Amino acid sequence: MITFEGVTKRYPDGTVAVDDLSLQAPTGAITVFVGPSGCGKTTSLRMINRMIDATSGRILLDDQDVRAIDPPTLRRGIGYVIQQAGLFPHRKIVDNVATVPYLLGWDKRKARARAMELLELVGLDSRLAGRYPFQLSGGQQQRVGVARALAADPPVLLMDEPFSAVDPIVRASLQEELLHLQSELHKTIVFVTHDIDEAIKLGDTVAVLRVGGHLAQMAGPATLLSEPADDFVREFLGKDRGIRRLSFVPAKGVRLGSAPADLVVDDDTRPLGWRSNGGLLPYGIFDPERDSLRAALDAALLSPNGTAIAVDGDGHVIGVATRDALDEVLRRHATGPDEQARESDGEVPVTDPRRAES
Amino acid sequence: MNDEPLVRWDWIARNWDNGGPSAIKTLLESHVVMALLPVVFGLLIALPLGVACARWRWLYQPTAGLMNVVYSLPSLVLFSIFLSVTGLTQSTVIIPLTFFTLAVLIPAVVDGLGSVPEHVRQSAVAMGFRPLRRLLQVELPVAVPVVLGGLRVATVSSISLVSVGALIGQGGLGNLFIDGWQRQFYTPIVVGIVLIVLLAVLSDGLLVLAQRLLTPWSRARRRTA
Repeated sequence: MITFEGVTKRYPDGTVAVDDLSLQAPTGAITVFVGPSGCGKTTSLRMINRMIDATSGRILLDDQDVRAIDPPTLRRGIGYVIQQAGLFPHRKIVDNVATVPYLLGWDKRKARARAMELLELVGLDSRLAGRYPFQLSGGQQQRVGVARALAADPPVLLMDEPFSAVDPIVRASLQEELLHLQSELHKTIVFVTHDIDEAIKLGDTVAVLRVGGHLAQMAGPATLLSEPADDFVREFLGKDRGIRRLSFVPAKGVRLGSAPADLVVDDDTRPLGWRSNGGLLPYGIFDPERDSLRAALDAALLSPNGTAIAVDGDGHVIGVATRDALDEVLRRHATGPDEQARESDGEVPVTDPRRAES
Repeated sequence: MNDEPLVRWDWIARNWDNGGPSAIKTLLESHVVMALLPVVFGLLIALPLGVACARWRWLYQPTAGLMNVVYSLPSLVLFSIFLSVTGLTQSTVIIPLTFFTLAVLIPAVVDGLGSVPEHVRQSAVAMGFRPLRRLLQVELPVAVPVVLGGLRVATVSSISLVSVGALIGQGGLGNLFIDGWQRQFYTPIVVGIVLIVLLAVLSDGLLVLAQRLLTPWSRARRRTA
């Protein structure tokens, strides 16, 4: 647990970057600091590992004031990932990853063995280990950055806009990867971004900061979407809040009907399309076990007849959800946003890469 | 003089190693010593001084200014000044040339450290490097290509400048020029020029080789950039 207690950062010229910030980043969860530039999100992050020292207030790591710990020692126990990856250009990938183990005095063989494990963990080919950073793509460098931050197995990970310099497709896959890693590693992660969609996708808790370093709202992503605290947060969240909130409602509750006769399937009961005079019409699928209500609704919109096809993990048809069936669930969520939102905050956001962005 | 060949090989053969102080081989050796020692001393002084200038920026302008003034002085003037201190010794050449080297190497070290990307420096801090280790293991290694660039300039100019020392009797191969002009005899002059150029090309080649071996990451980066 990372606790901010009335933390203020005031620069000598009078600029207040962070103003009386109090919040908690729970252990084992991803807390996102999001806001426009100048909101003090990066400053707040950097005060945790003392890259910047607070003017007043305290930051506690578990129960210890970070100010009581010698900065290099503190930092070796906290993983750090930055935007341009910040890899050392003169060191091979394996040695970049082994940076903190070397600093901690591990012997070279052990440090490199650990680095190789991590390259595998973040999905990088072991053949890249002997290369230099410039020989890797931006996305690969960013994975190396994550591997390096995890090398000494720190309980806390600080990530400062780590994915904002890569293209949207790579960014989406890095985000998925991070959620996947987190589901195994359960680190206490503080993640800074200016991208509200990224915040909502990754955050278990999202702290929205406004210019001048004030905390505007701190809540789970679903609550944030359904109950923005004020106009600033509402505006910052942007359009389509209602639809986006459905990403946090599991599709599991949708009543499924049996497949109608005009649904054409192959020998293996995988969908082929809707029968019509001219041939097959397009269709949309969702997996009730894994997908969100948003994905189910999207699947319905993709079918000309408005019926979403439910499939299992292997793509076999298990039923259909008519628009009426979807409506029932939607109405339930429209009438009781508060309880529903809170309920789903506790769950891992639905992040099926196949349809998350559809 | 008209039927005199430009190069008299027999003179070279006789004077290559004649045992005297004016033997070509002896002059070549003293030239190498007087040209390269200033570069070595210069590097040893420029590294800490450059690091200090990069660390405390206010130090850099006065230091660079002083070095530029020294650099702008004709080498002969500096040699004459030191003549009164160190007399007719190699030091009279080596000390001023060390200053010239500093004028090139201090900015090279400062620029080299400045070439370290901010995100690299920041991530080194965030990983938990202490300042000295960060300097030795991250900042200086990343600065190597720029520093080596300065070292190449310093080395070649030092090799060339040693010859001026001939005017005070400590010029290495430069003594061959004086000899040649005085006697209107071109062979020593040609020998001097050829050997100095060869020395410069060889030293520069060795430094390029060193750069490739020391910084494989930088050569490849330039190729792909």
